[in-house]
Amino acid sequence: MRTMAIVRRVFKQMLRDKRTLALMFLAPLLIMTLMYFLFQNNTTQVASLGVHHVDQSVVNVIDTKNVTIHHYDSSQARKMIKQHDLDGYLTQKNGQLTITYSNSNPTNTSLIKASLQSGLVKLKMKTLVTVTKKQRAALESQQAALKKLTAAQTQATVTKLKTAIAQAQARGDQATAEKLQKQLKQATATTSSSTQSAKATSYTTKSHYIYGSSDSTFFENFSPAFLGFFVFFFVFLISGVSLLNERTTGTLSRLLATPIRRSEIIMGYLIGYGGFAIIQTVLTVVFTIVVFKIHLVGSIWLVFLTNLLLALVALTLGIFISTFTNSEFQMIQFIPLIVVPQIFFAGLVPVDGMASWLQAIAHIMPLYYGANALTAVVTKGAGLGDIGVNLLILVGFMVVLTMLNIVGMKRYRKV
Amino acid sequence: MATDYVIAKQVSKHFGHQQVLNQIDLTLPAGMIYGLIGPSGAGKTTLIKSILGMEAVDSGTVKVMDTVMPNRAVMAQVGYMAQSDALYETLTARENLTLFGQLMSVPKIKLAQMIDYAAGLVDLTSQLDKRVSGYSGGMKRRLSLAIALIQDPQLLILDEPTVGIDPELRQQIWTELNKLKDTGKSMLVTTHVMDEAERCDYLMLIRHGIALAEGTPAALKQQYAVDTIEQVFLKAGRMQDANDGNR
Repeated sequence: MRTMAIVRRVFKQMLRDKRTLALMFLAPLLIMTLMYFLFQNNTTQVASLGVHHVDQSVVNVIDTKNVTIHHYDSSQARKMIKQHDLDGYLTQKNGQLTITYSNSNPTNTSLIKASLQSGLVKLKMKTLVTVTKKQRAALESQQAALKKLTAAQTQATVTKLKTAIAQAQARGDQATAEKLQKQLKQATATTSSSTQSAKATSYTTKSHYIYGSSDSTFFENFSPAFLGFFVFFFVFLISGVSLLNERTTGTLSRLLATPIRRSEIIMGYLIGYGGFAIIQTVLTVVFTIVVFKIHLVGSIWLVFLTNLLLALVALTLGIFISTFTNSEFQMIQFIPLIVVPQIFFAGLVPVDGMASWLQAIAHIMPLYYGANALTAVVTKGAGLGDIGVNLLILVGFMVVLTMLNIVGMKRYRKV
Repeated sequence: MATDYVIAKQVSKHFGHQQVLNQIDLTLPAGMIYGLIGPSGAGKTTLIKSILGMEAVDSGTVKVMDTVMPNRAVMAQVGYMAQSDALYETLTARENLTLFGQLMSVPKIKLAQMIDYAAGLVDLTSQLDKRVSGYSGGMKRRLSLAIALIQDPQLLILDEPTVGIDPELRQQIWTELNKLKDTGKSMLVTTHVMDEAERCDYLMLIRHGIALAEGTPAALKQQYAVDTIEQVFLKAGRMQDANDGNR
């Protein structure tokens, strides 16, 4: 009853605060849209490479859509890179190619590296191909001669057999005629098969994707983790600041001068702000699925459930953190400390590859469990059984923080 | 002694090294307006919070309605008006009253009636559906008082109830308080407005956490041989300082 009074109040206050509502509901959509276009658009990045005295054949194969070639008349790589703002510089002395990377942008460095490597492989292949072509021509002429020979032979056999068949039929010997007919077929068949074997096999690839499709982008990879992050971030901020306001304006103390239980206040907050978190989650998830056509493999209800648990953890965490702050400004100071580090462990960087102490840190981050579960559901279609442990850990976070919050309110009232 | 709403015995409390309350005794019977007067920082608010059970005392006991505090259930029988207006500014006055009425377990059918009654008492009936953010300081103070009255409590604890309220309305509020007193309710009121102190039935002077003097206004004036409570206050203060100096 008293809890519901708090819930109603939270709803009324939120509904009147249009700015906060807009922040909570529209900001995630805006950021998701931005991310969509940022990661969706795989426009080729182009690195600039300066060359000096390099064989034209080499230049030709390096010149791909990822690398633009500029010719210069100096062998001083360092100077030229600085002067013309190049990403790399290639020089040649006899058979030795020397490349200098600017390396101010590692992506461009690797672009040139890849281009150079594949170019050289292509070059080697070309020489191989010319050699093979010559061999093939020789082979083919031999084959032609052979074929002529076989053809002549077959022709002779065929004529012989045909006359034999005609004779057998004239004699009325049906059995012999059929036998000879078979032999005739065999003789003609060998000719066709021998021509077939001369053809070279050319390979084609057909790709299958277990998760996602050939159009899968980074966005699809990251979006589940970001769905969790938005809910976490906004709920953390809004619940933390609103409880802080209650403390600084004295309404919390006033509430506690009524027979309300401390747990009833916390529960009221959980239900009230949890409700808004649900709306936010539904809106963001549906938006990404409908507008960006994100391939959702698993159940949408599991996505909602995971996000709701994340929101509740964020809520209790926000309330908990707000007890250590005296102003909104101090609350904001906790964002880089508490919220931002979590995003590193949300799956953008694979946690398995991290140093073991970093992995240990990952395991105390609620978002690590939430984002992992979300990614598993969205991209791999994980079921409740697969992500159950993660969800239980989130529940654990929530329970512990809730109890801390209830105890923490003793500061304002002894019972 | 079922008619004593509040019995505080030897209540002491300190924050850090500062002794905020020093062995205070206070008894508030039914049907009385009890005034706590003293300069700011004297410990009035701490005493009130100790009586409400929101502040733990170092030593001594507090009983409200024959129940040892702190006790959550008893809080429903106490109307409390805090020193600062703790109101939800984005809500209307009616919504604030409804919220606290629900928290105070006012039955649903009675709630609307109680809101009208409390709002009428502080002359806010016509402004009930306005948001509190648009209220003046005096209106907020009156709304706070109305919230304290929402569950029709037998005991009212009012921390500086008339700050920022104009003289005419102050007059009205005191008339109402006296009416409430006649129905058997008791009030514990802090103030540092001396002419208000004269209206109380019984006074306690607090300074530096010590109860300097107590008694009816008339008795106090007689005791200190002065004409006004203000002079009682000044004289008692000087005597306390003199005593401290002698130590």
